[in-house]
Amino acid sequence: MSKVILVFGQVRNSEPTRPTLECLSLAAGLGGDVHCILLGTGAKAAAAAAGHQGASQVWANEDASFDKWDLAAVANTVDAAVKSTGAALVLVPATTHGKELAGKLAARHSAALASEVIGVSADGDGFKAVRPVYSGKVRATVKLSGSPVFATVRPNVLDVAAADSSKTATVNDLAAGQGDSRIQLVSVETKGDTGAVDLSEARVVVAGGRGLKGPENFHLIDGLATAFNGAVGASRMVVDAGWKEHRYQVGQTGKVVTPELYVAVGISGAIQHLVGMQNSGCIVAINNNPEAPIFKVADYGVVADLFEFVPKLAEELKA
Amino acid sequence: MNIIACVRQTPDTETVIKINGAANGIELDGVKLVLGPYDEYALEAAAQIKEKSGGEVTAVTVGGEKAAETLRHCLAVGADKAVHINDSGADDALAIATALANQIKKLPHDLVFVSNKGTDSDRGAVGPMLGELLGLPYVGLVTEIEVEGGSATVSRDVEGGAKEKFKVTLPAVICAQKGVRGEPRYASLPAIMKAKKKPIETVSPEGDLASLRKVQVEKLEYPPARPPGRMVPGESAADKAKELVRLLRSEAKVI
Repeated sequence: MSKVILVFGQVRNSEPTRPTLECLSLAAGLGGDVHCILLGTGAKAAAAAAGHQGASQVWANEDASFDKWDLAAVANTVDAAVKSTGAALVLVPATTHGKELAGKLAARHSAALASEVIGVSADGDGFKAVRPVYSGKVRATVKLSGSPVFATVRPNVLDVAAADSSKTATVNDLAAGQGDSRIQLVSVETKGDTGAVDLSEARVVVAGGRGLKGPENFHLIDGLATAFNGAVGASRMVVDAGWKEHRYQVGQTGKVVTPELYVAVGISGAIQHLVGMQNSGCIVAINNNPEAPIFKVADYGVVADLFEFVPKLAEELKA
Repeated sequence: MNIIACVRQTPDTETVIKINGAANGIELDGVKLVLGPYDEYALEAAAQIKEKSGGEVTAVTVGGEKAAETLRHCLAVGADKAVHINDSGADDALAIATALANQIKKLPHDLVFVSNKGTDSDRGAVGPMLGELLGLPYVGLVTEIEVEGGSATVSRDVEGGAKEKFKVTLPAVICAQKGVRGEPRYASLPAIMKAKKKPIETVSPEGDLASLRKVQVEKLEYPPARPPGRMVPGESAADKAKELVRLLRSEAKVI
């Protein structure tokens, strides 16, 4: 018997997003029969990549209405697939959209939902998950009872297995579910920097703090992020002072990031910041105060005047 | 406008968290419990909308005896009254959402605020569950909200650098993110005095919550300790930059 593990995939530019690939990789590693839902423009084109990542079946609907988020319609569409596949486990990327979908469906099914997991394992007939709690200070292993069970998977933590182009998925049509006229998407405004790497999915994050002394100096962070081909982040102080918008904030009341490389520039390292980045792969701290708490979590510390050091570092990276 | 703000008592972020002997919970002795940092933003939004449109803000929480202290604080920072759903059962999103939904159904509600997540549970699951259980529209992680007539216009940032704007018919469940209405207010002394006279209703949870607790904590452990770091040597900024790039390339292999 092979249990069905259903992955809710997200599509961007006709490709599954990186968090989707992470979910597929996790599912394939559990040894179940992996199915993947892909909705909206480019869904069928993205199906090939889902197949290479181990999905045997893709449930797709290319209706462009799915490009504009409608929670009720997506939930009803996905719910039909949960029922028809008899999925034992439903994996959803823990993104803004994914988290509201998983919560809604888990409540509908009166089912277990493990949020923001960083690992799932088979446990007899059911599943166990590992998830950070207490802002990452503790890890919990939780047992999920019943069937189906749901889990949202924290982006950028799990590895993606190498794609195997010999594996392909059968693509099936999935009927669109009913929307909810009480929520209307009025507009989707795309910011000027859409080309830039998204903070929560970035491999490298370069974040700036109080040490920059003013918004006019933040270009140093932008320049260093470009040199690393990474995303820009900011400390709470920078956001509260209005130098950068909230979407750049790393830490408590901002984003939790887990890039392979995190570079903290002029950030002292208050606990509220540390909880947002301490699980990054490699941490570099640049600060002129050798006593700054950020050095306690750093793999590499640089005590230097950032105004002198950062341009030199950017230069060295380009060399 | 009748506004409900769902709140949660959490350990202060600065508190050192110690896992208990059975490794299935934390030591609560000496832990300072506060209103969830994200809940502060949701409560502030609720208070500001009420101050503009009139009505009442009711803070609702699910928790044991101590949770009443947090409700008292809520009454000093924008809530007019409070309901304490007294339940000391294991912390579980579906159980909490169900207890909240069953209570909120009995209260007049045009707008129900939840927040991003508890800084202890790290879930963010109760909000969308509550929307489903109440049969109401739900929008998560809202950074802007304007209420007019029977609807709310809300905006939020999503991954990929886009900002979504929705028009939502009320009643609705809205998850307020930081920045939705500026910085939360402090509890002033007069506000604290007034809060002491405001009512907190204590009720027992409705529904078979035990059967809903399907996520069971088996074990808590500390994350693996980070290996000790080191300072990058060098005489000048240029030397240090060169050495750091070398280490990142050949030792850490991250670039």
